Amino acid sequence: MNTEVFAPWDDPQAKPLIQFQNVTKRFGAFTAIDNLSLDIYEREFFALLGPSGCGKTTMMRMLAGFETPTDGHILLGGQDIDPIPPNKRAVNMMFQSYALFPHLSIWDNIAFGLRRDNMPKRDLEERVEEMLRLTRLEQFARRKPHQISGGQRQRVALARSLAKAPKLLLLDEPLGALDKKLRQDTQFELMDIQEKTGTTFVIVTHDQEEAMTVASRVAVMDQGKLMQVATPDRIYETPNSVYVADFIGDVNIIEGRATAQGDENYRIDWAEGQPPLTASTATQLSDGQGCHLAIRPEKVAISAERPTDAINAIQGKVHDIAYLGNLSTYHVELPDGTIIKAQTANTRRISRRSFTWEDPVWLSWTATAAVLLEN
Amino acid sequence: MRRAVLIAIPYVWLLALFLVPFFIVLKISLSDTALAIPPYTPTLDFSEGWTGIKNFFSQLDLENFVWLTEDDLYWKAYLSSVKIALISTILTLIVGYPIAYAMARAPEEWRPTFMMLVILPFWTSFLIRVYAWMGILSNEGYLNQLLLWTGIISTPLTILNTNTAVYIGIVYTYLPFMILPIYSSLERMDGSLIEAAEDLGCSRMQAFWLITIPLSRPGIIAGCFLVMIPVIGEFVIPSLLGGSGTLMIGKVLWEEFFSNRDWPVASAVAVVLLLILVIPIVLFQRNQQKQTEAEQ
Repeated sequence: MNTEVFAPWDDPQAKPLIQFQNVTKRFGAFTAIDNLSLDIYEREFFALLGPSGCGKTTMMRMLAGFETPTDGHILLGGQDIDPIPPNKRAVNMMFQSYALFPHLSIWDNIAFGLRRDNMPKRDLEERVEEMLRLTRLEQFARRKPHQISGGQRQRVALARSLAKAPKLLLLDEPLGALDKKLRQDTQFELMDIQEKTGTTFVIVTHDQEEAMTVASRVAVMDQGKLMQVATPDRIYETPNSVYVADFIGDVNIIEGRATAQGDENYRIDWAEGQPPLTASTATQLSDGQGCHLAIRPEKVAISAERPTDAINAIQGKVHDIAYLGNLSTYHVELPDGTIIKAQTANTRRISRRSFTWEDPVWLSWTATAAVLLEN
Repeated sequence: MRRAVLIAIPYVWLLALFLVPFFIVLKISLSDTALAIPPYTPTLDFSEGWTGIKNFFSQLDLENFVWLTEDDLYWKAYLSSVKIALISTILTLIVGYPIAYAMARAPEEWRPTFMMLVILPFWTSFLIRVYAWMGILSNEGYLNQLLLWTGIISTPLTILNTNTAVYIGIVYTYLPFMILPIYSSLERMDGSLIEAAEDLGCSRMQAFWLITIPLSRPGIIAGCFLVMIPVIGEFVIPSLLGGSGTLMIGKVLWEEFFSNRDWPVASAVAVVLLLILVIPIVLFQRNQQKQTEAEQ
């Protein structure tokens, strides 16, 4: 087994497959992509994540060749691809609507791209069969797209875009049309196929869970800019801004003022009459600087008594309980009205739950649990 | 009960406005011409009871249909009608497809306007529009005046009263019937299909032939039938724009009825025309049915 961690982005020697060099794209007065630079490496499963209208689809369409940058360049394997039309690029795309040709059978849909390359009949048949096997569609080969289910259609679209063995595969919200259960299964299937074929995948999605599951790296976008590009765990554990922290998962944001307290430790005064909080961070903050404290609900412990060893502890009362089966999220109201969410695993039967509505409780967390963010 | 009434309405409609007239025409086609009102015998006389009815049926024969095969005017007219219909259908398709394509590709907010422009000619009388073409195409007409004025030609072109004028008239009149079904099939097409084809290595032209044309095929077929079926029996356009050389069955039919006053032969011509039209109509129906099945 290969124990080496796949992380070409940390290797200064690695040559990126795709390079966005100061790319700007404007549609009339609207700037969709704003002076953006980004490197994507070979064999990566790269996710572009953001709310609708953030420019992620424009990035993808520029890679496919349907849009050209207004300024800057996009390089594929070191070559400027701006003047190359979509039909000449070694890039294939899986469309959000799948865009299967309704008048062709599944077999002919998959063979469509290969036929354009005038591939010899023997090789073509072999390649199509291989794709059918890869996506487990052998018995549907003769059917038309309207005769198969949504999940199967999704796999046909994937097989068709992979058939030409592109250097880069683009996936535009590939699982958007599937229901939740099928989506989860398909996510793992996608990862499997990506590993098997060794193709570089770039996926566009607005579903953070999907991005976290499949991607080797995630780029969080907002208004045509990259907010953060990092591995899923880094994005989650060490977001670099309130926007990223808030966009990925659930988070408590506390606003306050920082005062240095020794090495990398800060005291945060955040509300009248509340004890200051303590957080550690590597970033330098000046005394009195406004800051945000981002704490994930699962890192907040909830208890009836004040924990003796906790560095951060505040009191409140249970305002609401969201019961999710495996987890419960407690919405705890502080005396000043702020709501802090704390999540615990339901390891005991619900009848033995320790807290209920209106109970006074203590919330606590460690100094490293929270992420301190500059304003 | 209510369902039965609802279903009955279209059948009563068909019976009263199609089947009854058709059987009257069929009956006349089996009769003999006569100097009477109406100008044929026998007529059904119920006052004589059962013998009258028996007498009536014994006088019917296929004489007129035999006559149609004896005079070569008729089959030539049928053949020429079909030929003119086929050629004008192809011409209408060539003119109509690009218009429908442009409409379907136009920005969404413009489409209703284009649709309006296609339908607009229906707001004036068909007859007046054909007369207008006489004014345009005649030797002293606007077209010749324009061409003479620009110096492209030195002697006026003879267009009116030729087959060319008939083709122009037919293409002009039936163009909306071609455009609308093609437009509706093109408009429904998902634009990402073309992008997908390009992404998979097609040039724009290839994508058009491999994706756009096959997907608009139901519209093309529907449009072609909608044009061809009525053109075969067309009377007004060939008689107003065509010349003595334009032979079409609609014109022959009209002459049999109104010049010869030979109602039985005219009826026989009409019955045969209907039989000829049944073939394309059945094909058309099948196309429509296939399309609705594909959509389900």
